[in-house]
Amino acid sequence: MENKYTNPIIEVKNLKKYFPITSGFFKKTVGYVKAVDNIDMYINEGETLALVGESGCGKTTLGRCILQAIKPTSGSVLFNNKENKQVELTTMPYSQLRDTRRDMQMIFQDPYASLDPRMTVLNIISEPLICHHLMGPAERREYVKELMVTVGLNPRHLERYPHAFSGGQRQRIGIARALATKPRFVVCDEAVAALDVSVQAQVLNLLMDLQEKMNLSYLFISHDLGVVSHISDRVGVMYVGHMVELADTVKLFARPMHPYTEALLSAKPVADPRNKSRRIMLEGDVANPAHLPSGCPFHPRCRYAKDICKEQLPEWRELEPGHYVACHCAQDLQLHGMRGYEK
Amino acid sequence: MSDKKKKSNANIDTVDSSSSYEVASQYKLMWWKFKKHKAAMIAVPVLIIMYLICMCCEFFAPALPLERYKDYKDTAPTRIHLWDDDGNFVGPFVYGLERYTDPYTFRKSYVESDQIIKLGFFVRGSEYGVFGSNLKWDVHFFGVKLPEGEEPGGHNVFFLMGTDSLGRDVFSRILSGGRISLSFCLVSVAFTVIIGLTLGGLSGYLGGVVDTIVQRAIDLIMSIPGIPMWMALAAALPSTMSNLKKYFLMSLIMSLIGWTGLARVTRGKLLSLREEDFVIAARMCGSSHMRVIFKHMLPSFLSYIIVSVTGSIPGTILGETTLSFLGLGLQAPTVSWGTLLQDCQTVDSMAATPWLMFPALFIIVSVLCFCFMGDGLRDAADPYK
Repeated sequence: MENKYTNPIIEVKNLKKYFPITSGFFKKTVGYVKAVDNIDMYINEGETLALVGESGCGKTTLGRCILQAIKPTSGSVLFNNKENKQVELTTMPYSQLRDTRRDMQMIFQDPYASLDPRMTVLNIISEPLICHHLMGPAERREYVKELMVTVGLNPRHLERYPHAFSGGQRQRIGIARALATKPRFVVCDEAVAALDVSVQAQVLNLLMDLQEKMNLSYLFISHDLGVVSHISDRVGVMYVGHMVELADTVKLFARPMHPYTEALLSAKPVADPRNKSRRIMLEGDVANPAHLPSGCPFHPRCRYAKDICKEQLPEWRELEPGHYVACHCAQDLQLHGMRGYEK
Repeated sequence: MSDKKKKSNANIDTVDSSSSYEVASQYKLMWWKFKKHKAAMIAVPVLIIMYLICMCCEFFAPALPLERYKDYKDTAPTRIHLWDDDGNFVGPFVYGLERYTDPYTFRKSYVESDQIIKLGFFVRGSEYGVFGSNLKWDVHFFGVKLPEGEEPGGHNVFFLMGTDSLGRDVFSRILSGGRISLSFCLVSVAFTVIIGLTLGGLSGYLGGVVDTIVQRAIDLIMSIPGIPMWMALAAALPSTMSNLKKYFLMSLIMSLIGWTGLARVTRGKLLSLREEDFVIAARMCGSSHMRVIFKHMLPSFLSYIIVSVTGSIPGTILGETTLSFLGLGLQAPTVSWGTLLQDCQTVDSMAATPWLMFPALFIIVSVLCFCFMGDGLRDAADPYK
C-alpha cells in the first residue's frame, strides 16, 4: 500500500483491554478475560477499515476502546485532531475528551437500544450539537431537518419518538446523530447487522456517499464478509482478542496468509450451484478468552499447526507491504482465498 | 442552502400531527396505559377525596376531635332518618338520645327519644382555627342544625360513628387522625426516598468499596426483624418529647428501615442503565457526567422509583398503625388511626363498642387504594415494553 502512514487519523499501539473476573465475598480478582490483546493498527484519513471475526472475538470492545467508551487497560490510541496534531486519547481528561468527541462518533449495532426512548428525534439528533454548544435552537432545528433528509428520513417526523419508527429508520436516526457534528472518524459497530438486506444496501450506500462527501474515515465492525468486501478498503481479522491478519481487502480475500482467515473466507457461500464447496470446518470451539491456549491462540483448531505454534505467540509482522499477519508459518503456506478474488 | 432547497424545507415545515401516538412522550404513554387500569382509576379519585377531607378535617367533621360530650359516652352510631314515625317526609334528621340502663346487666346505653333534631349542611358548630391558625370559624360541612342561640355541646347531638368512652365523636376523630396517618406516610416516604436514592445511587454509580459497604449494610438491616427494631428505636425517644418532634422522628425511624428496598432498586437500575447503549451513546455525543445522569439516566428510572415509592406507602401506613396500636408510636392526645385503634385493644371493648373499629375500615380503604394505584403505575411504568 503506497499511502501507508501518509495520514493516519487513528493509530492504535499495543492496545489491551482485560476484564477482571472476580469471585468470592471480597471480589478478589481471580483472572482476566482478555477481550482485546496487544493490538496494533492504524486507519488512514478517508479510509474504511473493516474488522471481521466471530461473535465474541473482541471487535466491539476494540471499537469502543478506541473511542474511549470503555477505558482500555493499557496501550495507546493516537488521534489526529483538527489541527493535524496527534493526541493521546487514553490519558486525556474527560472534559478534553468531550471536545474531541466532536470529531469522532459511533454508530451502534442495535437501533432499538441506542436511542433514548424518552427523547424526540429532534432532541436525539441535536444532542451532540447541544453538548458542543453549536448553533442556536432555531438553527439547530433547520440543520436537523437537513440531516434527516440526508439520511433519508422524512423531516416532518421531527417531533416523533423512536417508538414510532421501524428498525431501519431508527438506524438512520442513529447515523444522523453520529454525523451531526461533522465528525472525521466514525466507528460503525455492526451498523447494518440489525437491518434486513434491502435496507442494508441502502444504508451502506448512504455511508459510502457520505464518506465521499465529507472525507470520513470508518472503522467498520462486521461479521458479514459480503458487506465488508463491498465497503472496506482494508480488512482486519480478529480471533479471541488478537488481530491475526490485516491487509487490503482485495489482497486479503484473494490470498489470505493466516489459516483462520482462510477458514473464515471459505465459510462465505458462493452463489454458484456448480461450485463444489471447499468449506474448511474448524474443529473444536472458539478459545475461551479467560483461558487462552499457550502459544498461538488459534493452534488447537489450526490444521497447519506445528510444535512452535503451541509454545510461542506468533509475532505481528508485515510480511508483504501493507499485509500484516500473526502466524509462524505464514510464508510457507499456500492458502486459498475467496472465489472470485483469486486470480 | 440554495433557494430551491429552502422552499422545499418551508413546505415540509408543517410538523406532522397525523397520529398522536407517534409524538406521544413517555408520560403520555404512561397515562394512556394507566387509564386502562380500572381499579387504579377508581383508587386515585378516592385517595384524592380522602386527602382533601382529612386536610380540612375540622370543616368536614361535625365535631372537634378532642371535644367531649360528657353525657354521651360509648354511644352507638346514630341512625339518620328521612321520614318521621307518621310517614311524613322531614328531610335528614336524628332522634334525640335518652340514657337507658339495662335492669339486668346494668349496662348503660342510649335509646332514641321523640325529639327530632334536624341535620343540615354548612351548619354552625364548635369554633375552630382554620388550618390551625388564629382565624376562627364555626361553620361545619354537616351536622345538627342548632336552634338560634344554643351553644354546641348540649343535647342536640348526632354521632355518625358513635362516641368513645370519653364521649368524643369517633367520626370526627377518624378524620383528624387521617390527617396525621395519611400525611405521616408521605413524610416518611419522603425521608425514604432521600436516603434510598442517595445511598443506592452512590452504591450503583461509584461501585467498588462503597458498593460493598452499602450492600452489606442493607443485608444487615433487612435481616433485623421489623417490630423489635421499631420498638427499640421508638423506646429510645424520650416520652417528654413534643408531638410534632415525635411525629417527624417516628417517620424518620420508619424510613431508616424502609430505605433498603428503594436503594436496591436504584442501584440495580443504575448498574444496568450505565451499560445501556443509549447512555453510552449520550457519552459518545460528548455529554458531561451531570447531563448523562440527569438528562438520560434519571428520566428512565424515575418511573421505577415512583412505582417503588407508591408500593411502600401502604406498608408505612400499616407500620405507623401497628406502632401506635402497640403504644410505641404516636401517643394520645395525638390523634392518628393507630392511636384510635388503641381503644379497642380488649375483646370486651370490641364486643360492647364495635364502632370503635371504624378507623380500621379507613385504613383498609386507604391501603387498598394505594395498592391499586401502585399496581396501575407498575403496569404503566415502562411503556416501551
